[in-house]
Parts: sequence; C-alpha cells; structure tokens
Amino acid sequence: MAILQVNDIHKCFDGTEVLKGVSFELESGNALAIIGSSGSGKTTLLRCINFLEKPTSGSIVLKGESLFDSSAADDWEKDLRRKRLHFGMVFQNFNLFPQYTALENVMLAPDLLAKKEPDYRSKKALIRENAEELLDRMGLKERMSHYPHQLSGGQQQRVAIARALALQPDILCFDEPTSALDPELTGEVLRVIRTLAENHTTMIIVTHEMAFARDVADRVIFMDEGVIVEEGDPASVIDHPTKERTKQFLTRYREGNIE
Amino acid sequence: MFWTVTLTLLKGLLTTFEIFAYTLLIALPLGLVFAFASMSRFAPLRGLMNVIIWIIRGTPLMLQLIIIFYGPGLWLGHNIWSGDEAGRILATVVAFSFNYACYFSVIFRGGIQGVPKGQREAGQMLGMTKSQIFFKVTLLQMVKRVVPPMSNEIITLVKDTSLARIIAAYELTFSGYSFMKSDGITWPLFYTGLFYLLFVGILTLIFGKIEKKLDYFQ
Repeated sequence: MAILQVNDIHKCFDGTEVLKGVSFELESGNALAIIGSSGSGKTTLLRCINFLEKPTSGSIVLKGESLFDSSAADDWEKDLRRKRLHFGMVFQNFNLFPQYTALENVMLAPDLLAKKEPDYRSKKALIRENAEELLDRMGLKERMSHYPHQLSGGQQQRVAIARALALQPDILCFDEPTSALDPELTGEVLRVIRTLAENHTTMIIVTHEMAFARDVADRVIFMDEGVIVEEGDPASVIDHPTKERTKQFLTRYREGNIE
Repeated sequence: MFWTVTLTLLKGLLTTFEIFAYTLLIALPLGLVFAFASMSRFAPLRGLMNVIIWIIRGTPLMLQLIIIFYGPGLWLGHNIWSGDEAGRILATVVAFSFNYACYFSVIFRGGIQGVPKGQREAGQMLGMTKSQIFFKVTLLQMVKRVVPPMSNEIITLVKDTSLARIIAAYELTFSGYSFMKSDGITWPLFYTGLFYLLFVGILTLIFGKIEKKLDYFQ
C-alpha cells in the first residue's frame, strides 16, 4: 500500500489557480522526482503536501490516516504541528538558523520536543549523539561547531538535510535543493541525496537536475500549468516522453534554455 | 565658581538622565506594541496606528511637548500636571515616550519583517510552536537587525532631553543657560556640552559591546 496518497489537490492564490487537480501516490521507500519549468506549480504542490500551504481542495492520506480532506469539515489548524512532523523539509535556501552552530541546528527541534517528556535528562545525551552521527554521515564531522555563515552552500544544505532527518520524518521533501548552489557544489549535495535513496528513504524531490532525477528517482512526475502531464519511471518520462509538452520541456532543457 | 557650576550641572544631568531613562523604559515596550499594531491584520487598527505615527513623526517634538504640558490647562480648564519640577518631568516623559515609541515602532517593524519568511517555515516544519519559533529562532535575529538603528535613536534622545527646557524643567542645558542669565557667564553652557559628550560616549561604548556580542552570526 502507498505510504502517501494525494487526491485532486487544487490551490488558488488570489483567484489564480496554481494547482488544478493533482493526484499521485508514493510507495514507501521510493524516491519521487517532480520536474517541470518554473511556475508549473511543483513547489506549491510540495508545500501543500507538507502543510506549509493549505490546499483549496483535495485530500491527503498518509499511512492510511486522513491528514487533510476538504470535503470533511476538519480543522486545518488542529494538530498542524503533528501533521507537519510526518514530513521533513529541505529548502532551496537552506534556511538554517544563523545564530546556531551546525550541531545546534540539528539538535534544536528534537531537544525542544523531548523537553516535554519526563526523562528529558537521559534523552539529551542521546539527541546529541544522534545529531553528531547524522552530521558525520553528511561528511561534516569537522564542521559541527561552525556557524552557517562559516560554511559553504553545499555544506549548509547538508546540515539542513541532517536537521530534517533528525526528527525521523516519514517522508523527506526537497524543494530544489541545489538551485541556490554554485555549480561545483551541487555534486556533494546530490551525492548525499543519492545515498539516502539507496537506503530507501521515502523522498519527494522537486528538482531541475534532470540527470540526477533519472538516476535517483524511482518515479518521475512532469508538471506543467498546475497539472501532472506525464508520470512514470524515469527512463520512460525523461528518455522517452510520450506527451508533446514533456518533449518540448526536455528539449528546451537540453538546449540550456530553462530559466 | 567652577564647583558651583559643576554641582548645578550635575543636578541638571540627573534630571536629563531621569527623562532619558524613564522615556526608554516606557517607549521600548510601547514601541513594540505600536509595531504589532501597525502590522495588524485588522485594517482599522493598522490604519489608526499609521495615522498616529504619521502625526507624531510629522510634527516637532517641541510642539508635542508644549501641547501635552499646556494643553490640558488650556482646554480642560485645569492643569493635570503639578506645577513643580516633578510635574514638568512627568509631562516631558509622557510626551517623549509617545514620540519615541512611534520612531521605535518603525525600527521594530523593520526588524521583524527583515527576518526571512523561510526561518519561520523551517521552524514550522521542525514541529516548533509559535512561541518557540519566536523565542528560539527569530528574536535574536530581530535584535541584531534592530541594534544599529536603535543606537542612533537612543543617542538622539539624549540630546532631545534639552527640549524640556521649553516647559522649564531644570535639565542640563537649562542649568547651563541659567548662569548666562544670572551671572552673565557663557562658559557653563559650553561646559554642558562635555556632559552630553560623556553621556553619549558611554552609550556608544555599550552599543558597540552589544553589536560585537551579536557579531558571531550573520
């Protein structure tokens, strides 16, 4: 059974319909890449799924539990924090907290969550250990006590990935994780995401990196003007697209005319 | 004579400091309240606040001081301020607090809006509550943004206290000036400048320290 079911999501901003009915499913342990040009609605879709934006209509089911259903009169604000915790989010601009070191960035949220529990003292050491181990896995063992401004973009993004993983989300979401990086720094971030995919981390990746999407994703969705135009395994969508709009997009991409 | 002048000026300095300290004490929190009001989602409140800020920033502080001190006596028929020194200082503090709260509110608003939206969103995605996001994530970034413009305003406040002379509060400048009238000597007036310089010098050092303390992040 799919871990995530997204049904007929619509999203309007001030009367402009950005998402015009998007549905898809995601299997546990799979990586899903969402591609498409700027303004196609892919980032909005991601933000609707992980509860940063409220969809105008539609429903979201995670592990069989309905998290959002516009036809039922459920309260958006209710349990919003708990719902968001199912998702980890890696932003385009990293959004690390500048006043904390790399390690503190990773520890902050788990620490705040544990504070309400009675055995906080015993957990504290565990949280720190876990954070150190995550940063080590990201190849940042020597950078744990650095502040974000002392790190390169690629290092900052890897800290952001560790920070998102620290809460053990069901699904890890990436919003164009390499778009704000210098070209020579994208590799180190993509490598980390590739490793996560090999370890069957459930992921949704909004990306412009077509070669990366083809290599890493189990499924690819191509979006245009707020709808899913084409969907399938990477080889078919990226190498042998059937829809005209997908072909056009990929041709323009290869010519380097995207943005 | 030098000691007489120095003692009188020190007394004036005390009044100046009182006006300064009480004004800060009131205007800082009031400015934060004004800042939130001017960003309110409730349009009438936001509009009202912006009109108030426009009027207060758009008219001379001296005029506001005169209106607040003499206004009640003229229009209400009885003076709400006691005629003694304490009453004059109180009226000054009220006028100054309101005036400075308006200026502070604009600085605070800039500080609050200057923190990127992504910081709050990152906190939300990490399951943090609204108050955790404010206290653990955005507050310090706001403070860092606000310190340099605030230091400017607060230094201006030191010198604006001399306006209290217009309602005959015995602050520093008034004390120095009084020697010109009574003894026909002008040097005490210049001597007051030294007191202001020292006062502002100390503040500059303090703000420098605070800025340096917040220098560890960007």
